[in-house]
Amino acid sequence: MKIITVCGMGLGTSLMLKMTVERVLQAKGIKGEVEAIDIGSAASANADLIVTNHEFVKELQGTKAKVVAIKNIASEKEVAEALAEVLGE
Amino acid sequence: MLEPELLKVGIVVNTWQEAIQQGGELLVKSGMVEQRYVEAMIDNVIKLGPYMVIAPKVAMPHARPQDGVLKTGISLLLLKEPVVFGERGEQLAQLVICLAALDNSSHLDLLKQIAEVIRDEASLALMLQATTTEELLNYFSK
Repeated sequence: MKIITVCGMGLGTSLMLKMTVERVLQAKGIKGEVEAIDIGSAASANADLIVTNHEFVKELQGTKAKVVAIKNIASEKEVAEALAEVLGE
Repeated sequence: MLEPELLKVGIVVNTWQEAIQQGGELLVKSGMVEQRYVEAMIDNVIKLGPYMVIAPKVAMPHARPQDGVLKTGISLLLLKEPVVFGERGEQLAQLVICLAALDNSSHLDLLKQIAEVIRDEASLALMLQATTTEELLNYFSK
């Protein structure tokens, strides 16, 4: 599974979000590749799942990837719940 | 890495721009960024939206390395009252973390440190009540 975390510049918010997603995947034993990316490059990333913040959800919809929005990007609890929902657990 | 002179608590501002200016000024004074970086942070919030509110009441404004970063680092500004962050007026920020990143990776440890503090709602709420720089610094040096 390819997951991208997306923010405006790809070096602050998305990197922190990447750390949180990786922690959650590890805790759940899910294999996945996580990449932090800026909004401009997100469309061509060919991801299965996009994790971002509420600001960018609309802009990122419309590809095969499911899009989830996170309020507290450091919260493993919130990310775990969001992932569980899209992964259908 | 986090020097006491990079922290300020009990700050009163009227706008989110003022908050970024004050936080950015701390980075300028310590030689981490050029003055133009401060303007770049403000421009980015206007251009890209207030997505830099990374947790309830926590904003992490930043710009790109090429916008005038000299050294990687952060400054912390804890406001007395939360301020509306961004133009649409939906998000609030009370802790403003101005981030300067020299490249895509030198600030990873700093991001980890910040994540540790904000990931838990209860400790985040306590941190926002800090009244001295020492108290605030404690949260970031655990």
